[in-house]
Amino acid sequence: MSISAERKGGNNASQGEVGSLGGVPAFTRQALLAPRILIGERILETLVLLAGLSTVVIIALIFVFLFKEAVFFFKTANPLHLIGQQVYDLWDEKTSFKIIWQTVSNEPKYSLIPLFCGSFLVSLPATLIAAVFGIGSAVYLSEIASSKTREILKPALELLAGIPSVVIGFFVLMVVASLVQHWLGLKFRLNAFVGAIGVALATFPIIATLSEDALRAVPSELRQASYALGATRWQTIIETVLPAAVSGISASIILGFGRALGETMIALMATGNAALVTGNIFSSVRTMTATNASELGEVVEGSEHYAALFLVGAVLFTLTFILNVVAEMILSRMRRNLRM
Amino acid sequence: MDAVLTTSLGSAISNPSKPDLRALVLDILVRVFTLIPLLVLVYIFTKIYRQGAHAVTWEFLTAAPSGGMLEGGIFPCIFGTLMVTLLMILIALPLGICAAIYLVEYGGSGALVGWIKAAVNNLAGVPSIVFGLFGVGFFILFVGRNLDHLLQTGLLFGQPCMLWASATLSVLVLPVIVVSTEEALNAVPQSHRTASLALGATKWQTIQNVVLPQARGGILTGAILAISRGAGETAPILFTGCAYFLPHLPVGNLFGFIPMVNPMKQFMELSYHIFVMATQSIDAEKSLPIQYGTTLVLLALTFMLNFCAIAYRIHFRKQLRQA
Amino acid sequence: MGVFIMTDEEDRAKTESVADSAPVRHKIKTSVPRTFGTESGELVQPVKIQVENLDFYYGLTRALKKASLLIRERSVTALIGPSGCGKSTFLRCLNRMNDDIPGARTDGRVLMDGIDIYGPGINVVALRRLVGMVFQKSNPFPKSIFDNVAYGLKIGGMSDREEVEVRVEESLKKAAIWEEVKDRLDHSALELSGGQQQRICIARALAVHPEIILMDEPASALDPISTAKIEELIHILKQDYTIVIVTHNMQQAARVSDYTGFFLTGEMIEFDRTQTIFEVPSDKRTEDYITGRFG
Repeated sequence: MSISAERKGGNNASQGEVGSLGGVPAFTRQALLAPRILIGERILETLVLLAGLSTVVIIALIFVFLFKEAVFFFKTANPLHLIGQQVYDLWDEKTSFKIIWQTVSNEPKYSLIPLFCGSFLVSLPATLIAAVFGIGSAVYLSEIASSKTREILKPALELLAGIPSVVIGFFVLMVVASLVQHWLGLKFRLNAFVGAIGVALATFPIIATLSEDALRAVPSELRQASYALGATRWQTIIETVLPAAVSGISASIILGFGRALGETMIALMATGNAALVTGNIFSSVRTMTATNASELGEVVEGSEHYAALFLVGAVLFTLTFILNVVAEMILSRMRRNLRM
Repeated sequence: MDAVLTTSLGSAISNPSKPDLRALVLDILVRVFTLIPLLVLVYIFTKIYRQGAHAVTWEFLTAAPSGGMLEGGIFPCIFGTLMVTLLMILIALPLGICAAIYLVEYGGSGALVGWIKAAVNNLAGVPSIVFGLFGVGFFILFVGRNLDHLLQTGLLFGQPCMLWASATLSVLVLPVIVVSTEEALNAVPQSHRTASLALGATKWQTIQNVVLPQARGGILTGAILAISRGAGETAPILFTGCAYFLPHLPVGNLFGFIPMVNPMKQFMELSYHIFVMATQSIDAEKSLPIQYGTTLVLLALTFMLNFCAIAYRIHFRKQLRQA
Repeated sequence: MGVFIMTDEEDRAKTESVADSAPVRHKIKTSVPRTFGTESGELVQPVKIQVENLDFYYGLTRALKKASLLIRERSVTALIGPSGCGKSTFLRCLNRMNDDIPGARTDGRVLMDGIDIYGPGINVVALRRLVGMVFQKSNPFPKSIFDNVAYGLKIGGMSDREEVEVRVEESLKKAAIWEEVKDRLDHSALELSGGQQQRICIARALAVHPEIILMDEPASALDPISTAKIEELIHILKQDYTIVIVTHNMQQAARVSDYTGFFLTGEMIEFDRTQTIFEVPSDKRTEDYITGRFG
């Protein structure tokens, strides 16, 4: 079959259709050298790039606008007041150093210490509880449960994660607080402990899910090597799997702590909202988040109080930002190790 | 276990290992740790259902609150919740999908990709009240005020309204959409992209015709989860547009005769309603059934959405596995 | 366009000099088209692709070192060599699929019908329609069989539904799978067996009317019966298309190809008629590989 027969065949219909199909004879300069219409592609490429950049821009904006309002505080107030002030106490009739957050008063006091106490008194126990339960379930789901069980329990876990925090807060406020007061005979119905239970419930899914991911990421060869040496299942889990997953689990705890610290509605509804400096977990407390949520509605824009609230928010944001960065560093180091 | 090391092979195999008490205890413990939170979940749902189900009548769902929030229904709250999450997803979904497309299809391993991923991770960890502060400080006071100044519209944009509440919420759910879209795009096998390019398709034609159709399921799942998240969040909308009681729905007439939602108005919302009622109600006893009823409605709404997302994801994964 | 006509001896001389990687001097014998035939009466096809001293780098790695060879029209050229020798990389240079690798760089020329496809102003999208590719692992899209085969046409802007249907049927017939699927064109392509899926991928590549078909180990993931079918198909297709096939299976290369090129660590060691390569190779390394001393 000679060449010419094929070339003159049916597909020569449109000599003029440059770049289109079916009409372009073999490798004519036209097809290969026809310019591509790239404008559409370029525009779309730019659009998605901008969309990606927007996330970075948003974080930067949050930084800027929080700190912008927060620095106003230092225009009128003494930074040391964030710790405590010399106050003349009407009751005791003497001046003493007080560490309180009392914004509605002749001389508003903006000590952050009570708020820190509140936040940590709620979030540390909450993270502890959530970590114990979370890592335990992660071990169960990843190492022990059959795949059928996993298929039921994992979605259940996701449903738990999907409960709005206001509903958890409502539940704790209405039901749990009374139960706890009944069992433990507490003086304050709403306190840090009750709040911690609620926050733990909200934090548990995060730690459980991320820890489970970390455990599953441990290569099965490691487990098999352990079994081949005669170890039992639990020995393998404790001696081999958990140590291998320790980075991922630590990261999950750090991120869980960040979530606990940032939890607003549960703290607002269940912790009693009393800004006290205390180490007693059964006392009413006020967290940083609850302070912002409850007082922002009553401030005058541009006032010192307003700036103080933004300052609290800035501190919160910085704390969770640092926690996130640390967790990310741990995770990326873990990823790098796995790749090697 | 030390016994195995010292005896001979024969006796090691023939002797049964002694019962491992530690293993038994641990086995029980991990099951307890898994089940307790899930039992709490069940308890929450049943308790709220039992206390609130009788309050959720058709009237409850369609009437407005009255009698100082002690009677009537919660229709404006449902309406407000639906509208604000709709507006939120309209903003967040295109933005999130495009950002994920950039990360997966264009970013490669450049430095920018690292920055964007870090930003998304950080956004996911920001406390919800900080979003609220951002909403006030940036959207209302900066963008809104400047818009008013530019367009000479008085105090239209520079105040709390549905628009800014939705914008704040969309910033909050952006990571959810980016991460689930990223996952969905990564699940498309690279060989399909290669085959498409080898047939003479451009990069965008490949994304449009091969990648996105396959990623549809994951993107939809992410959108549903984002809607569920947005409907349940309270702190971001506390000061950016939500109100406890409004006499009218946030609707208006475009050009005077086309009825539509007015995003420049404030709105009522389910989660906010629960919060205020639970903490500041005039008569706690009397409003209790309404509180439980409203909570039941919100819980049912978010549950249904999450359930749909999970079910859809399982179905979609099965489809891919069959193929 | 000149048609190169060479005698058998000149043919060997030219390819040998090419294998030496000395600068290639073309011996343009004549530009007057003549009927095919040589003094010895053997049919020799004209040159379709001429690769001259092709270097390929990605980042700092040099994957191809001054590879040169000729690919003749309507013939099957096989590229053989041990794993990692660069034969797949070389194949992908022919339709510029390597362009997307970060840090990719090429030196040298690849002339198709006289046009350097790495020259300035080349429309890569058009190139990829004219040079089709079939992959090692069949990768049909999760769409219907019809949509798979019609994909390239849709992308290229063919809007006439009837014309598309004609092309799809034609391509499926050429890929020897029309009878098996003609009643279920709207079914998912993923329902088919591995061998059938590979033939769908071949039909998909044929639909856009390429002139050259590149095949990267097309049958290595298939069972022996499907492999035989693919080889049979290649034999039929070569009447109309120029085929370049990469294979690690030497027997397959011997069965299927007219010309063979042996690659080793990025270099094109020897290129000749298949019979010559397998029976009387010139280079000792070729002989060692063929006889299984390494690889």
